[in-house]
Amino acid sequence: MRDVITVAHLTLLEARRRRIVLAGAVCALAFLTVFSVAVVFAYREMARDGTISFIERQGTLTAIMLVGFMAANFLSVIFAILLPVDTLSGEIDSGVVQTLASKPIDRAQIVLGKWAGHLLLALSYLLLLAAGILLVIRVVAGLAPAGVPRALPLLMLEITLSLTVAVAGGARFSTVTNAITAVGFYGVAFIGGFVEQIGGLAGVGSMRTIGILVSLVSPADSMWRLAAHYMEPEILRSTGMLALGASVPSPLMVWWAIGFTALTLLYAIRAFRRRAL
Amino acid sequence: MIIETRGLRKQFGTTVAVSDLSLQVREGEVFGFLGPNGAGKTTAIKMLLALVEPTAGTGRVLGAPLGDRAARARIGFLPEHFRFHDTLTATELLRFHGRLYGLRGGSLDARIDRLLTRVDLVDAADRPLRGYSKGMLQRAGLAQALLNDPRLVFLDEPTSGLDPLGRLLVRGIIDELRAGGATVFLNSHLLGEVEATCDRVAFVKRGRLVEERRLAAPTAVVDLEVRVGPVTATTLDGLSRFGTDVVQPRPDLIALRVESDAAVPAIVSWLVQQGVSIHAVQPRRQSLEDVFLDVIGDDERPG
Repeated sequence: MRDVITVAHLTLLEARRRRIVLAGAVCALAFLTVFSVAVVFAYREMARDGTISFIERQGTLTAIMLVGFMAANFLSVIFAILLPVDTLSGEIDSGVVQTLASKPIDRAQIVLGKWAGHLLLALSYLLLLAAGILLVIRVVAGLAPAGVPRALPLLMLEITLSLTVAVAGGARFSTVTNAITAVGFYGVAFIGGFVEQIGGLAGVGSMRTIGILVSLVSPADSMWRLAAHYMEPEILRSTGMLALGASVPSPLMVWWAIGFTALTLLYAIRAFRRRAL
Repeated sequence: MIIETRGLRKQFGTTVAVSDLSLQVREGEVFGFLGPNGAGKTTAIKMLLALVEPTAGTGRVLGAPLGDRAARARIGFLPEHFRFHDTLTATELLRFHGRLYGLRGGSLDARIDRLLTRVDLVDAADRPLRGYSKGMLQRAGLAQALLNDPRLVFLDEPTSGLDPLGRLLVRGIIDELRAGGATVFLNSHLLGEVEATCDRVAFVKRGRLVEERRLAAPTAVVDLEVRVGPVTATTLDGLSRFGTDVVQPRPDLIALRVESDAAVPAIVSWLVQQGVSIHAVQPRRQSLEDVFLDVIGDDERPG
């Protein structure tokens, strides 16, 4: 465990020195600035317009919050994929890992240390964005969405899964191949989610089935859809305004995502142990 | 034996990097591992360090099977083209690797200070590695290979990026390791360096050990050149009792190969008895480069 912490510490130090932390913080701040400006203007305009009821206004602001979460989730997934994309493959190519792996540590500890270090950064990024969104929506509109405590762990699971896929790919592929594979893996889930939603809206069973099958292969996006469902207030859900309830993933999908993440991490360890360095 | 392998083989797809390596390295010796480019030397070292899994064969390092973690705690390794995260300083690099060896606190700090002084990097200790020259990086790598006071050190081309002063420094460190009882496994193309530092060398060709030789031994083969007056064919034939490859390239020169310097007085005495006038005797020990070319052969030369 001590060696895992040592490697994780090196990973965090590297991220700080390579200004990854700074870049992440600046981008998060930029995102939150745009989001807060949009919420402030939307709120003021709706407050001035006497024809919009209180419930309509709160519904619209909740919808804006959900869009904000969708964007934050997307950015966090991309961050989680790109952050560790070269951590193993790059160090294998450059030979850096030879010095590391010749030390008296198990290769699993190298994988776990890098995974843990990057995961800490990626989850911090997600939580920073989520906290910013919630703060803005609370301060400007006085909204405190009830489903957030249930939704956030799901988003964290999605980030963990996406990051684990990128780490595992790095143990097997070159950096570019890994980036293409990891983004493609998320892209498939993303498209699968759309197909499922449209199938649900249009009542086309086969489309829903295809979407569900895609989610089984790549369960990342289903975590977002379940989280969004939890965050969507009942009143908004009944209007069908955001079309989030057209096809809600089964809660069993959460267990599958956890299992998928664990299996992928085990694969990463196995692949790295067998890899010629 | 501190290293012992039997039939070690590594195949990447259809490419055989090491075909059949059976090797023995004794404790406390400086062992040179020589061969042309692509002979499988680095792959062999990687198998001994468990960085690459052998396709076949067995091996033991420090008495333990290849890859044993306890054994690795007593091994130091400087890879060819040493590189590490270049945002770290040399001190941070050594602290990180020291922790992986299980070292902590004051003893680690003291060891880092001592090693930075030894590799002459004290002034640059707190600068990021990205600003280091190739030689400085190599010396930082050498320091990390010595952090654990290793019993066995693998040095893969340790002097390739170094200037003459740096090479002298590495040679001094190897001498210190030998004096301290450590075993050094040296892979280098610089045969002069190997000749100056190694006790024994092994030649690898196409992934197979083809020759082992003890260096600077009193019995080492000597090529002898004797400048003489007129010599008869019978005298020339008679010289074959003292050595091999007796030739007369010029009328005033005889060359032959003898087992050691010790044969010279007898040869001179015999030639004088035969009435041959001797103008000069020039013993020329076979250089490692000569041996290398003999062993590896023309077919391995580039181009």
